[in-house]
Amino acid sequence: MSYKKASEINEKIGWRDITPGCNIYEGGTSVTVETGDWRTMKPVINWDKCKQCLLCAPVCPDMSIPVTAEGKRGEFDYFFCKGCGICSKACPFGAIEMVKDEK
Amino acid sequence: MSYNLKENLMREERLAGGHRMCAGCGSPIAIRTVLRQLEPGDKAVVTGATSCMEVSTFMYPYTAWKESFIHNAFENAAATCSGVETAYRALKKQGKLDDTYKFIAFGGDGGTYDIGFQSLSGAMERGHDMVYVCYDNEAYMNTGIQRSSSTPRFADTTTTPQGSVIPGKIQNKKDLTKIMVAHGIPYVAQTTFIGNFKDICEKAHKAIYTPGAAFLNVMAPCPRGWRYPSEDMMKVCKAAVETCVWPLFEVVEGKYYLSYEPKNKLPVEEYLKMQGRFAHMFKPGNEWMIEAFQQEVDRRWENLLALCNL
Ligand SMILES: Cc1ncc(C[n+]2csc(CCOP(=O)(O)OP(=O)(O)O)c2C)c(N)n1
Ligand code: SF4
Ligand code: SF4
Ligand code: SF4
Ligand SMILES: [Mg+2]
Repeated sequence: MSYKKASEINEKIGWRDITPGCNIYEGGTSVTVETGDWRTMKPVINWDKCKQCLLCAPVCPDMSIPVTAEGKRGEFDYFFCKGCGICSKACPFGAIEMVKDEK
Repeated sequence: MSYNLKENLMREERLAGGHRMCAGCGSPIAIRTVLRQLEPGDKAVVTGATSCMEVSTFMYPYTAWKESFIHNAFENAAATCSGVETAYRALKKQGKLDDTYKFIAFGGDGGTYDIGFQSLSGAMERGHDMVYVCYDNEAYMNTGIQRSSSTPRFADTTTTPQGSVIPGKIQNKKDLTKIMVAHGIPYVAQTTFIGNFKDICEKAHKAIYTPGAAFLNVMAPCPRGWRYPSEDMMKVCKAAVETCVWPLFEVVEGKYYLSYEPKNKLPVEEYLKMQGRFAHMFKPGNEWMIEAFQQEVDRRWENLLALCNL
């Protein structure tokens, strides 16, 4: 039985070394996948306008608006954010602007 | 405990980033919100029906699920979940397991209203202690926007193309939530993403922690298939609720409760006009389509009000 970690499994692995049944033995292994590079528009927060109402945090499909242990809205996680703009429209205070993402 | 957005958001995030669903997809919002309602310390076993959600969150060896996740096939998420729940009860009885696990099945509308319907119906009838969550985006999105029995009448899909032959989908949407109520299970609810997420969070918590079988139907828009700009998700959800196209209600032990009654029920155009899949309904000569759509929404809304004794 092979209990390989996700990080040891890639396109070159042979069938003998793959995990049985294509099981994955750890949770949340997708965190190494950068989906931020899909983005064409980028959300930018204006902290002066942010009232910490947190209404933008639950609407994100990509877990890119963290809420800290103190209950404060954190900075965007641009590693995952795909730039959908839902948060920007959900902010009642116009604190999130969508700008062209120059890479 | 009464709902508090901040407290709710400070809980553990149980879905990881790096999944491959489209930008602005409603499905991961439904999943992360439902999973956040697990009490801290409780674990879950999740089963998923083949769908956009499944293929994009569970791409070997990358899983976005922090909980145990099983993909079996398209048609048997509920059966798989019910089997694991039964094994868990047996192990608990034998004293071989201490942790508390909750059992949650997720499926798209294709996997729920159509192809997984018999396994869902069976699992609910047998009364397993589980919740089945349908994220309803009203078509088979993963394979290219084919109509399902959840697709509303007149929607333009790749298998119901609107034109001179047909006006989009010919049949009305199946009312699955009421069919689940007819199973006589202790908890059934219909919800979507509104404001501070109180409605969906409270319903998901009840669904998970009501002993026995529960069913949650979450309208989860698909910007790709519905053809609206992805940033408008919350506007689309609000319009669905304010026009009574997607009423919010719950049914506890067979008793209906309306969760929200719009002060001014808006005409269905306010919802339809946002989405490309309904654009042809606004062409001259097609006014009858909007009238027919309105009539069906009104009929179902009146029926729901009567069931709620309102
Ligand atoms: C038995 C079977 N038939 C067909 C398919 C192909 N298939 C995979 S996903 C999918 C569409 C799923 O639609 P839905 O359940 O509504 O989820 P969505 O993709 O819309 O989120 C289809 C037809 C399959 N995987 N298995
Ligand atoms: S733009 Fe979309 S993905 Fe990015 S943080 Fe806002 S809601 Fe999340
Ligand atoms: S919705 Fe706007 S004001 Fe509220 S926390 Fe988010 S960015 Fe700040
Ligand atoms: S096609 Fe629709 S349902 Fe599928 S991932 Fe994209 S937005 Fe989500
Ligand atoms: Mg679907």
